[in-house]
This record gives sequence, structure tokens and C-alpha cells, in this order.
Amino acid sequence: MSAALAAPAPAAAIDPSTKTTPARGARRMTRTAWGFLGPFAVFYVLFLIWPVIYMFISSLFNTTLVHQGLGSFAALANYREMLGKNEFWVSMWNTIYFTLLTVPPLVFIAFVLAVLANRVQRGQWFFRLAFFLPFILPSAAIALIWNYIFTPATGLWPTIQGWFGDTNPQSVLGTPDLAMVGIALTTVWWTIGFNFVLFLAGLQEIPREIYEAAAVDGASAWQQIKSITVPLLGPTTGLVVLLQIIASLKIFDQVYLMTGGGPGISTEVVLQLVTNTAFTDYRVGAASAASVLLFIVILLVTLVREIIERASAKSKREN
Amino acid sequence: MSSPTSHRASPRFGRRALLSGALGAAAITTLNACGSPLSAGLVGGQLAPGTVQYWNLFGGGDGVRMITMEDVYRKNHGGPSSLEAATFTWGNPYYTKLSLATLAGSPPDVAVAHLTRATNLARGGLLSEITDADLALVGLSQSDFSAKPFEKAKTDGKLYALPLDTHPFVLYYNTDVCQKAGLLDSDGLLKPIQGAAEFEAALTAAKKVTGAYGLSVSTIADQATCWRWFTTLYHQQNGATEFFGNNGRELTYNQDIAIKTLEYMQSLTIKKELVPTTNDYAGAGTMLFTGKVGFYLEGEWEITTAQSVKDFKFGMTTIPQIFDQPATQGDSHSFVLPKVKHTPEQRKLAMGFVKSMLDQSLTWAKGGHIPSYKPVLDSQEYRDLTPQKYYAGVVDYVTYDSPAWYSGSGSTFENIIGAQIGLVEQGIATPQQGLDAAVAQFKTYVNTADPLA
Repeated sequence: MSAALAAPAPAAAIDPSTKTTPARGARRMTRTAWGFLGPFAVFYVLFLIWPVIYMFISSLFNTTLVHQGLGSFAALANYREMLGKNEFWVSMWNTIYFTLLTVPPLVFIAFVLAVLANRVQRGQWFFRLAFFLPFILPSAAIALIWNYIFTPATGLWPTIQGWFGDTNPQSVLGTPDLAMVGIALTTVWWTIGFNFVLFLAGLQEIPREIYEAAAVDGASAWQQIKSITVPLLGPTTGLVVLLQIIASLKIFDQVYLMTGGGPGISTEVVLQLVTNTAFTDYRVGAASAASVLLFIVILLVTLVREIIERASAKSKREN
Repeated sequence: MSSPTSHRASPRFGRRALLSGALGAAAITTLNACGSPLSAGLVGGQLAPGTVQYWNLFGGGDGVRMITMEDVYRKNHGGPSSLEAATFTWGNPYYTKLSLATLAGSPPDVAVAHLTRATNLARGGLLSEITDADLALVGLSQSDFSAKPFEKAKTDGKLYALPLDTHPFVLYYNTDVCQKAGLLDSDGLLKPIQGAAEFEAALTAAKKVTGAYGLSVSTIADQATCWRWFTTLYHQQNGATEFFGNNGRELTYNQDIAIKTLEYMQSLTIKKELVPTTNDYAGAGTMLFTGKVGFYLEGEWEITTAQSVKDFKFGMTTIPQIFDQPATQGDSHSFVLPKVKHTPEQRKLAMGFVKSMLDQSLTWAKGGHIPSYKPVLDSQEYRDLTPQKYYAGVVDYVTYDSPAWYSGSGSTFENIIGAQIGLVEQGIATPQQGLDAAVAQFKTYVNTADPLA
């Protein structure tokens, strides 16, 4: 797996003499390419593009699951309802809180683990396996595992708390202030493997000669990490951070399975509000409005990152 | 020069394609003939003919009892493959799955539904009507059912559900504690309690004996019970109006009576300290079983738990008339037939299953429920069933939740108001604050278009 390491490789050298008219072979290649892409393109439009368009359209109507068609026109009533509903803002905050709790550990700890694993001479395969293995488990499996661990009074977690002297620990998933932390901990354990593998691949692309040259110049291990590893892994880190933030904003599985949004609505996330509104209350239109609002938030995050990256690239070029 | 492999590849490919195609066709035909779930899923076929698919939401003691009844059906109808039953989590998760399965065109043949939720399913077009012809298929008729739940099972004058039972909110009492408190008569039964003064006197007497509290009721993480206790007291007062009108489009509750009810509930926990402020579902029952309270309020289904406690003597009775008129919260379980294209044979099979369950209402009644099937309700065995017979008469004045698309057992309505009632009972919110918080959340629902209309 080759991660984006240094500046993107210079554009493939195209012989300028053939640039004006595409050869007949190239045209046939294009048609063949589209032929292969065709089935996937159909599924992509049907199951990804069209539902997104439908989401925007139905958010302006009182669409319900039990009636055919779009229902009566509601203009911005669904948006007004969602923006005026306390439950919506609580779920939005819960989602952002979850993102804040998971993104830094998932980036930082994965980086540290990758740096450490990279230094292992023999048996590196074992660490790669161990850290990546949880990632292949389905969400239902990890939800069950961690529900057991967090079982009040008798689970592994309260037992360990007991070893440290806390004889009557609060139930993690039953306490409003702690439930989200418990879910975040589960998520970090579950998905750290993915970022770990990305970072490890990126690390292994850094040529050994750079480290050797630095060592010859007298750089310590820490200085090597600071001045070589971190900057050269910049693009990887940026990618990981963006992917992580987007995935965290779309969180649903483990929250629904572990606490169902409880206690009360202290762990209810936006996608759970959407699911409840669409499938339990049958109100697809209102749920679409909430989905569009989440979509806007994710779009904003991506835009902010784009701006930051462009600004830093510009400043790098000016230097 | 073409490579040798490309020349020989064509006929080999041709033979391979033919063989794999034939294998695939044979596999599908065999699978289809076997009627396995795999083939039914792949080809959209019918599960083995003669199998009834049945979904319910019964866990705990009820769940065990239902499985016993299902096994009797299986025994009488040709073995284990005659019935495929599935149990789902109680409340919204169950109804969501049932709705989505019906909308997708592959629902179960028979499903359980609370009558307060069946109305909404019917209004959403998810249930098929049960006609007199359907009833006649298995020898049933309208007169075989108790009047009140049967009326409730109708939506817009059409029948969409067949009631199995009514399950009201009842009063449990610890026989030993009440004996010592002098509250029992010569037969060992609770002396009738009438009015708030007598009620509180009984609680105080029990508190003197236990040294802790008089009555326990769940107040934490149990929105349903909080709502049940509130609505029981609310409807016992003269002038109490329905909480919603016009299918949930208007709030029609009586503000003064609602506040008075919340104040009364809070006085029992905070001012008079007759009821503990913090108790969850299991804890409230445990207090009765261990003699820390003399009385316990919950649905009648807890009889199974109470009977399983060793050497525990208890009684059950209707909730006393504390205010102006008798009233008790309750709901009914019923059987519904989700809307799907059915052949007459499948319809007869489904109705046959429902009849078999109704015939076993006595087994079900042993779990505390009051059967709606008159032949069992009027039978001597049920009339002798103790302590069920002491509260069987409550069916006539049970109050169901007001109809609204967001109302019913385990619904958003109960969750919202139950949470606030719990806070009032714990003393964390004043009656006015609790009611205002709940109403503020209801206003959103009242103002949104009814998705079932």
C-alpha cells in the first residue's frame, strides 16, 4: 500500500507530438474502459447519487414511509423543526463531542504505535496483526465485547477499577457523563488498526538514507522523529485526520448497539435521530432535513481543511 | 504466432461455462424444491408451505410462557417446522422492524401488537382487516371477545386486531407486612381502601412495620411506569380530559388536574416520605420481596417474578380509588395480520395460529394477564385463578393512552412525559417545571404533520 508520501510525482511524461489527437487505440480504450465501469456506474448512480438527490428533494416535503410519493410541500418547515428542536442540537453536540474524543487519540496513538512497530526488527508481523485485528470485527461483535467489559459491578472494567481502590464505581454506560467516553474508548480500540497501517506504510516509504544521513550529522532519535518522520508523513497525517473526522461525524453503529442513545439522550448522535425520525416515526421528510444539515457540517469541515491545506502549500512554495 | 494456451482456451471456456451454468440451474431448482430459507431469500419464494411466521416482543416471564404456548401449537400441527417464531426487543425497536418488514413486502404472517400501537399501524395501512369471514374460518365470532378491548381493536369502524389480553397497572402487597400492620381482613386479603386518607393511612401503617417505606414504585430509567402511575391518578379525578385530541393534533389535558396529580405524587415521595424517591424497575420489586415496603405498584406481569421468590407471600388487587372515580392504566396485547398478498390457505393458517393462542389463554393468564377471549375468561379455571381473580374486573375501567401517531405503549410520548414525571417524583423538578418541559417537547410533535394521515 503506497500512501501519498512526498509531493505528488511529476505528471507522467506525455510525448507532446501525440497530445493533439487521441489515437484510435486510445478511443477504443476509452470505450472499453467505460464498458467495464458501466455496471459500477449504474449502481453508483442508483444507490449513491440518486438517494442524495432524493434526500434534498424530500427534505422540502412531508414525505412519509407509509404513503407513496413525496407528500405535501413543506418548504423549509422540516428545517425549522430540526433547528428548533432541542434534541437535534443535543445530538449534534454529542456527535461533535464524540469526534473530539476519538480523532486526537486515533491519529496520535496510531502514529506512536506505527513508529514503535517500525523499529521492531523481528516479529513485526505480530504487532501488525495484533493492532489491525480488531478492525476486521463487525460492529455488533465489538459492541457485545465492550458491553460485557463495561457491565456494571461485575464487568472487567469495574473489576479493574476495584483493583485501584474504587469499590463502588459508577457504571460507564449508565452514567450520562461517562457513556460517550466509553463508546469513544471502544471506537479507538476498534479502528486504530486502520490508521496504524496507513502510518506504517507511510513510514516504510521514507528512505533509510535520510535517517542515516541525519544520524551522521549527530541527530538524536527524538530529533529524527521530529524533523524527518513527522514532516514527511504530513500528507498521510492530513489524510488520516480528514478521514477520521468524517467517519466520526457519521457515527451510528456502536452507539446504537451499546447504549441506544441513552441514558436519556446523552449519547444520541445525529444519525440515530435521523433513523428514529425516518423509521420509527415514519417521517422521511424531516429525517432528510436533519441529514442535509449533517451533510452541510461535513462539507464545512472538508472545506476548512482544503483552505488550510492550500494556505500551507502556498506558504511552503513561498518559502 | 498465437500462444498455444490462447488457442486451446476457447473450447475449454465453452465447456466450463456450460457445466457451471447447468450446476447453477440444478442448485437453484433443488433449493427451491427444498423450500429452505436460503432459496426463499434468493428467489423470493414462499417458505415451506404450512409454516406460520410469527413475531412478538415478549421477554422475561412472558417470553417463557409464550414459548410454551408456541410449542403446543407445534405439537398439534405437524412438528417444529409448522411455526417460525421470533422475539424482538420490546417497544420502538420491535414496531420499527415490523413496519419496515411490512413496507418491504415480507412481514410475518402473524404479529403481536399493543392495541394502542395497532391503531397507528392500521392508520398507516400496514395491517390487513380481519373480517367476519376470517373469524368464521376458525370458528370465532365478535361475541367471543370482551367488549372494551374489542372496541379498541377497531380503527375507523373496521377490525384490525384480535385482543389476547388486557394488562393493567395493579397493586401488589406483602402479606406479612400488611398482616402486622393490621391491613388484612379475616381471609388474609387486603381490606378495601377508599380515598386518599385511607390510602395514606395504609401506607403509613406499612411504613411503621417495615421501618423504611410504605410503597415502592419505579422512578428511575423507567418512563413507562412513571407514566402509568401518573395517568392512573389523573384519570381518577373528576374532569380529567384526554391528553390529546384529534389524533394528537391538539393538547387537551386538564392543566390543573395534571399539576394536582404531580403534586400528589411528589408529596408521597418528598413530603410524606412514604415512597422512596429513587428506585429503578428491579429495585422497586425487590423492596417488596424483601419486606422493605408493604405495597408495590407495577403491571400485573410481575406476578411471575413474585411467584419465583422463595417463601414469599403476596396478594394483588386493583389500585384503590384514591380520588373521585375508579381508573387504572392498562393496555392490551393483540394479534395483527400485517398487510401482504396472502392466499386463502395462508390466511387460514394464520388465523389457525391465532385461534390456538387464544385457546391457550389460561396459560397466558397464569402470567397475570386478563384474557380477552370470553370462553376462557368465563371458565371456572380462570375464575378460580388466584390472585388474578381479585383484579379481573378492572377491564371495564382501564384507561388506554390517548390515540396519536406518537403515542402508545413504549412510544415517544411515554418516553418524554415519563422522564419528566420521574424527575418530579425524585424531587429534581417541580410539578410545574416537569409538566412544562414535557409539553414543550410535545408541541413539536403536535405541530408537525401527521405522517399517518
